[in-house]
Amino acid sequence: MSIKLFFSIVLTAIFIENYVLQQFLGICPFLGVSKKLDSAVGMSAAVIFVMLLATAVTYPIQNFVLNPNGLGYMQTIVFILVIAALVQLVEIVLKRYIPSLHASLGVYLPLITTNCAILGVCIDNVDSYMGTAAFGSTFAQALTYSLGAGLGFMMAMVLFAGVRGRIEDNDAPASFKGMPITLVSAAILSVAFFGFTGVIDNIFG
Amino acid sequence: MSEKSKVGILTNGIIKENPVLVLVLGTCPTLATTTQASNAFGMGAAATAVLLCSNIFVSILRKTIPDKVRIPCYIVLIASFVTIVQMVLHAFAYSVYDALGLFLPLIVVNCIILGRAEAFANKNSVVDSALDAIGMGIGFTLTLFCMASIREIFGNGTWFGMEIPVLKDNHISILTMAPGGFFVFGCLIAAVNKFFVNKPKKEFGCEGCPAAAACGGRNAALEAKGAVAQ
Repeated sequence: MSIKLFFSIVLTAIFIENYVLQQFLGICPFLGVSKKLDSAVGMSAAVIFVMLLATAVTYPIQNFVLNPNGLGYMQTIVFILVIAALVQLVEIVLKRYIPSLHASLGVYLPLITTNCAILGVCIDNVDSYMGTAAFGSTFAQALTYSLGAGLGFMMAMVLFAGVRGRIEDNDAPASFKGMPITLVSAAILSVAFFGFTGVIDNIFG
Repeated sequence: MSEKSKVGILTNGIIKENPVLVLVLGTCPTLATTTQASNAFGMGAAATAVLLCSNIFVSILRKTIPDKVRIPCYIVLIASFVTIVQMVLHAFAYSVYDALGLFLPLIVVNCIILGRAEAFANKNSVVDSALDAIGMGIGFTLTLFCMASIREIFGNGTWFGMEIPVLKDNHISILTMAPGGFFVFGCLIAAVNKFFVNKPKKEFGCEGCPAAAACGGRNAALEAKGAVAQ
């Protein structure tokens, strides 16, 4: 895979097809864990890690196990089970061998199993890349896209943690306090991302 | 249980504990599939079907499933029903299947379904669980439908594909795009807070999150840790 293609996929996933702000995936952690910058960064790091790992496992499963046996319809069940098992496994391994990393990422891992961005990116990759070229190159593209989606998630979380720090102290109308004002500010942040439309095409096109 | 409480269970999910607007669960499909009223209706119906089946089966199996592995068991059950719904829609309503796309398999990780299995169906009888599922399903569908109607009518000037005379020429197309989703959703929650919920909205945190059971309240510990780190 060329460097150009790599950057084109990553930057598109971060800015144009941002998982949180443009595609509405992973909204629950975006609204729930974005109050503090520390927890926003920790959660995003765990998401990037699990996204890459989940793609690395589910993509070959779809290609070598499900598709040749005509079991494509089992995708949903197999993927969610693989992701759940994987998260558990990662937690156990981290706890045993890298306690320092477990201390910083561990708390976020169980929350990730039910994060729709993870299952979303696995299914998205299969839908958009599988069968378009030889397995090796599509697999690399799928992993790249997962990295980009994870980084996009991180960027949205970090940006929004900053925005939220300021909203908390503001005097919003009573019925807008809490969730509604948070969502309205997310809308404004989402508008900002429209500015990137076409930029990537112009740079790499 | 008396007749009144059965009605109570059924209507609970529609306004008082509306899964989307009051409990703030299942936000992803709410935002993503409400660009058109027909899509929202399809999403609501699909999620309701899965919720009904999963609640009934979780309730039937609540004495059989060991407590320690209940979450994986629920996920397998839910994933099976989602697959069935996917296949049914693929065969009989391809346009809906196509429009919902990625969000159809993602019903598996919809918090409402796992949340109701965990919070209601594993403690209550089959009939009550089914009623709860229907109530919650109607609440979810109605909310999606309201939101999609607002977004489609003002954003696109149509409703179920029918053109609306004046609005068709003066539509606010940003409402059908991503920012409009967040904005309309925020305003709807504010409206519900204003008119139906007297007490101020509680903070979004562990108490409203169905994953709290799975993570054992570790998120709360994490928030506290964040506070300490600050």
